[in-house]
Parts: sequence; C-alpha cells; structure tokens
Amino acid sequence: METLAPVDVVIVGSGWSGMIMAKEIATRTPLSVLVLERGGPFRGFAAYAEEMDEVDTFIRMRHADNPANGLFTTRASYKDRANPIRQYRDLPPTGTGMGGASDHWGVTSPRLLPESFKIATHLKELHGADELPPNIAIQDFGIAWEQIEPYYTRAEEMMGTSGKAGNLKGTRVEGGNIFEGPRSKEYPNPPHPMPYGPLLFAKAAKELGYHPFPMPSSTPSQTYINPDGIARPGCQYCGHCSLFGCMVGAKASPNFTLLPILQKQKNFSVRTHCQVRRVVHVDGKATGVTYVNEKGQEVMQPAGAVVLAAWVFNNARLLMLSGIGTQYDPQTGKGTLGRNPTYAVNAGLDYFLEKPQNNFMGAGGLAMAIADFGGDLGEAGAAQGALRGGHIFAYQQGSPPVISGFGKIPNGEVQRNWGADWKSSALKWNDRYGTFLSTENHFAYRQNYIDLDPNYRDRWGDPLLRVTLDWTDAERQQAAFMIGKEVAIAKAMGAIAINPRPIPAARSGPPLMVHNHSHGGAIMGTSPETSVVNPYLQHWQVPNLWVVGGSALPQGDDHSTMTVAALSYWAADAFINKYLKHPGALA
Amino acid sequence: MKRREFIEVSAASVGGLLIFSLAGEPMMVNAKAGKVKVPLRFFTGQEAKVVVAACERIFPANESGPGATQAGVMVYIDRQLAGPYGTDRYRYTQEPFVESAPEHGYQGKENPQQTYRAGIAALGADFVALDAAAQDERLVAVEKSYFFQLLRQHTIEGMFCDPMHGGNTDLIGWQMLGYPGPQMSYRGQIGQFNGVAYRPAPQSLEQILGHRVKPWEDERS
Repeated sequence: METLAPVDVVIVGSGWSGMIMAKEIATRTPLSVLVLERGGPFRGFAAYAEEMDEVDTFIRMRHADNPANGLFTTRASYKDRANPIRQYRDLPPTGTGMGGASDHWGVTSPRLLPESFKIATHLKELHGADELPPNIAIQDFGIAWEQIEPYYTRAEEMMGTSGKAGNLKGTRVEGGNIFEGPRSKEYPNPPHPMPYGPLLFAKAAKELGYHPFPMPSSTPSQTYINPDGIARPGCQYCGHCSLFGCMVGAKASPNFTLLPILQKQKNFSVRTHCQVRRVVHVDGKATGVTYVNEKGQEVMQPAGAVVLAAWVFNNARLLMLSGIGTQYDPQTGKGTLGRNPTYAVNAGLDYFLEKPQNNFMGAGGLAMAIADFGGDLGEAGAAQGALRGGHIFAYQQGSPPVISGFGKIPNGEVQRNWGADWKSSALKWNDRYGTFLSTENHFAYRQNYIDLDPNYRDRWGDPLLRVTLDWTDAERQQAAFMIGKEVAIAKAMGAIAINPRPIPAARSGPPLMVHNHSHGGAIMGTSPETSVVNPYLQHWQVPNLWVVGGSALPQGDDHSTMTVAALSYWAADAFINKYLKHPGALA
Repeated sequence: MKRREFIEVSAASVGGLLIFSLAGEPMMVNAKAGKVKVPLRFFTGQEAKVVVAACERIFPANESGPGATQAGVMVYIDRQLAGPYGTDRYRYTQEPFVESAPEHGYQGKENPQQTYRAGIAALGADFVALDAAAQDERLVAVEKSYFFQLLRQHTIEGMFCDPMHGGNTDLIGWQMLGYPGPQMSYRGQIGQFNGVAYRPAPQSLEQILGHRVKPWEDERS
C-alpha cells in the first residue's frame, strides 16, 4: 500500500460537520487540512438546473449514495435476522458528493430546547426515574444551553437562516416561537412569505389558543451576505428543494457557504471519490486513514489528527471497522460504540381542502409551526403515556413536484388504487391537499443499537452496518397524542377530509427504514463508560481523533442540522483553542 | 367541480417527440389519429402491446382526461428498463436474498427487466385481444405482485414525467393537472395566490433551459 505525504488534519466527509471543521481549522491555523469525500466534486449551478427532474433526482435519487455500494441492514430486534436496504424507501439517509446530504437537505432549521441538552436529568427531576419508559437510555449531552447558544447563532449567520425570534435574551416576542430557549440575536433574515395551507394552519392554531410561528429555514428570504462575505440570492420557491441541489445557490449548502472560502486557502485540499476504510492507530494515537482512491487503489494517508464527519452511522461503523472502542452489547449494557441509535418520531396527516393549493411552489422548510407541544407534554401527555413532543407544522416544500404527490385521496373514497375511479378521484384532489408533520423526540433505549452485519458486505468487502431499532409503546403513545392535536387543527382549518398517517405497530413501519433523521452510534457524554466522545467531540481513548456530526447526539430530537452545525463549530473551537495548545485528552 | 378542458394528441406530435430514440426494434402503436413508428429499446413488439393495454387499464382515457396510451407511458417504461435502472445498477444485489417485512422493500433477486419479462408473460399472450373487463380481471389477479406494483408506479411516472423520458407526450399529463413544469422561480407568486389556482402554460425542462438535457436512462448500462 502506497503511503502518501502526511497532512496535519485529515477530515472524512464534506457535509456540514466536516466542512465547518475544515473551514475553521484551515482559516484560523496554519495547519494543512485535507478533506476526503467518497462521492464526486461539486458540479455547479448549471448541472443543478438540469437536474430539476423528478424522475432522476427525486425518484431515482441521483444525489444519494448508490445503494449498490452497500448501505446498511435493519431489523426490529436482536432476535430477528437483518435485511439490507437494497433500494431507497422514503427519504434517503445518505448523501454523496461534495456537501453530502447537506447539499440536498430540506433546510428545516429549528434549534433544540435548552433542556434537550440535559434531558436525562430533566426528565428524572420532572417525573422520577420510575415513571420513565422501561429500558430508557437517554443521556445528557455534557454541555449546557449557555455554551451551545453562541454556536447556533454562528451556524444561522453562516447559513442565512430565515425566521422570527420568539425569545430574545429572555424577552418573549409574539409571532416567533415563544417556547424556544433564549436567543442572543434575531435571525439573520426575516421569515419567508407563506402559502395558503400554512397560513390556514396558523389561523386555526391561533384560534385554538396555540402560538404559531414561521418555521426557521436555512434559505435566505432575501439577498444575503454572511459574516464571511459570501453573497447568496433569496429563495426562488421553485419547489425543487429537498433532495435537489439549489440551482441558484440560495439554499444553505457547504458548497456555497464554505467551499468558496476554503478553495482560496493554500493549506486546504480536497480529494473526491475516496472511500475511507480504516482509521489507522497505534498505542492510542491515530496515525491517519486508509482509503480507496478513484483508481481503485488503496492508499495510506498519514495525518497528525483525524476528524470523522461521515454519514451519521458511518462514523460509528468506521470506528468498528478500525477496532477503536468497545462494541456495545445490549444483553450486558457494556461497551459504548454503537449505543443509542435513534430516529425522530414522526406523526402526520394529509388534509383535503376545497380550494387549490398551488403545491408545486414552495421551498424546504417553508412552513408554519407550533411548539406548544414541542417539549414536555405535562399531565395531559403523561395521562396518555406521552412525555415529550415536537414541532407540529404545515409545510409546502413544492417537492415532490408532481409524480410523487399524485394520488392523494381521502381514505375510503375509492376501492382500488388504479383504474378509472381511482384516476378520477386522484385528479379531483390533486393540488387540493396539504400535509402536517411533527418531528418529535425519540428516546434512546437499551435494546436499540448498531453493530456490524454478519451476512452482508459493501463493494469494498467490509461488513455493512446493522441497525437494530424499533419503536416502543412510548413512541406509539407519543405519536397518537400528537396526531390527536394535529387532527383538531386540521378540523379547525375546515378540512373536508383528513388522512392521519398510520402509527406503526411493533416490528413495522419507518423504524425499519431508518431515514435521514437518524442519530447516535458514537455519542457524546460526560463519562467514557457511557459515551464514545467527550463533550468536545474528542474520542475518549484516542485524543487526536474527533468524531463530529449527528453520530454524537445521545437521543433523537427534532430536526437536528442546526444542532449538528453548532456542535461542529463548538468542536472546532475546542480543537483550535484547547487541543492545539495542549494536545491530549480535554476531558 | 368544473371539468377541465383537454387537448387531443395527434399522431404527428407523438412521433415528433419520440423520434430521437436510436436503438431497438421498430414497432407500431395505436395513436388517436393514426399509427406511429416507435423504436423500442427493451420490449419486444408483442410485450409492448401488452404493456400499452395494461397501462391503459391502470390509467384509462375517459371523461376525466387522457390516459396512459396517449401520454406514451409504455415508451417511458421501455427506456427506464433499458437504462441503468432496468439492470439494477443502482440497487444492492448481494446475496442472500431473503424475503422480509414490506418496509425492507423488494428483496428479490430479479431485476426490473426480468420482473417485467415474467410479469408480462403471466398476463397471457391473448391479453391485448381481451375486452376491458377481462383485462381488469387478469390485472386484479396479479395486483399484489411486485410486477404490478412496478407497473402501476411506472404508469404514474410515465404520465407525469418530463417528456425527455419519453412519457407525458406533448405535456399531456401536466396540462391535465395544471402543473407548470420545473419553472425556475415563483418568487413573484409565492403567497399571492392563496386558494386561487395559478396555472401558467406548462413547459418542459428543455423548453425552460433552452437546451437538450440528457436523462439518466441514456447512460446505457
């Protein structure tokens, strides 16, 4: 195996986490920084315009990693055999190419609540350990709201997030999310104009006594120049957002906001089509990574420090393949690697209206929301077995543009999903429906974990990751509680018909599909007994190895991109201000 | 609700959009105003006729608007099957193949080309000659199969895809829905048409960009 010239810092992955780390280190220190990306280079705006095609981009998902390479396997319980995800179902969890999934995300951009960072302590104080669901494995992050808040602000300013503050330094602001944690600053851009469905939702929610606000979205509502001097146009509401690259560069992507700065840095380089297979380590110190390059040759890249910023579960998988850390065992509860995989609990519905919606217009994150059930659900929730909720929002993304949205019909109106009656109904209701969704807390449990699959391998011969995860009654009760609230709002909107999303029974439904809101596997925490990385996202046992991204979140909680970005800034500051001055364990 | 008005598709316009195909066996399909030569990439002529008939039962032309035959759905499916999709270039195909919960999706070994070949054969050589009710009976008998799932999904795709893929001929599907195509901006319209239909004339991606766009299926497997 050829050994390449060493670099100071090698970063695996070019999504938000990897590129934020790269930009901070490369612009603030003289260190040489190399980013390795498994997919291809950024193809430019003209290519993204040509990809505004639902068949190739939304249905065949050409921005996602090719499933033929080997994705992962899933099962509901350790007693089951895991099957591979052979083709994408629902939204693809993994991006590929420069920017990764951060280049085609849906830009819904809320922050977590302050208590989310100390959720285990919080819920035990509120309910007592006895009232929590059995086998719950939630943990505190190991950092406090006051520590992370400035980094949320940095992430929002870099991305140009559009929204309205509801809590400015402790002062409630009507029209914003009054339930959010205290913010140090207003959003960098005002909210987007809202389409019909979300406006009706907000009106109905207000009449019911709730507090609607525009969902924060990381596409600027107007021309925006961020603190780094990067200028981007306002959103065009073209409806090709989630799963699409932005053809005008409005949507926040590392390719638009970070790559142009890095490309001017002499100490930065990036190599694409590089599949990293191992972190090489000797005596508790990482010495670099091995990867398969574009020509199919495996090479050794020596580095002074290694940052893992791959797709969420691939961070844990790289550690497993490299023999770093102890695999978690659900039978004994021992081991930390592979603990606490989660997946946001979603509940939602489709509602039908008399009037047309113009659903083809829209943008990622274009939604009106309420957070009245965003955190603790109080006695009313507890009575139904639901402890924590999430945002409820009515959105109009535009995408799926036309094919994937065709055929929404009120339940029971037709007997068969093809033929003349079905066609007439589908045409009648086309563009007369809208969607609510809630993205909620998903607690971690002892029985849910990830490890390496014994049966299936990837294109390079390495075992696939195996995800063992299912909802419990607590998630079903929580989803039922939230759907109840959603149905009431839809009725108040004057919906003609409402199709609630079915709540999956055990061993079924979305948990087996593991979509793009997954978290965990290499979680952060206050003790090496219960976490893989310390509160700075530095590996507990290997101080020159940093593992950043959604892999660090100890449990699932709402849309997490802003949290992932904030944690990446936080980790970069710790790396630069603390670790470089005193290389060694920071905690 | 007021019935929308619909366009008639002439054989000439069908031919105009399909002519750039290069490979495969030429065949005849029935179009509204005559017969047009359509080169095939994957289907045999006999298979294509079965697919045309089956897709028409899934999405029939009737008083609510045009159907699968007029939109060129079979041509769409033929091209998808001949491209990387048809041979599973983008599906994980490592053994063992073990059936599982529906959430895992299709876990079989056969690729879409093989699934179609077998599925079409199972509909029967006489399928095209049957009357509509008898055709529906045959389709109901296979409606739980993976082949039928694909056929139904691909019929909707072929009705409403960008015409560069071979379906949605003359934007017939988009006209039926009032979908304007992949317009580059609604900045002047967003929030302005609340509850009121905004229905500019549809345009294809090629018309909007002013140049040909190569669909993925043309990257031959």
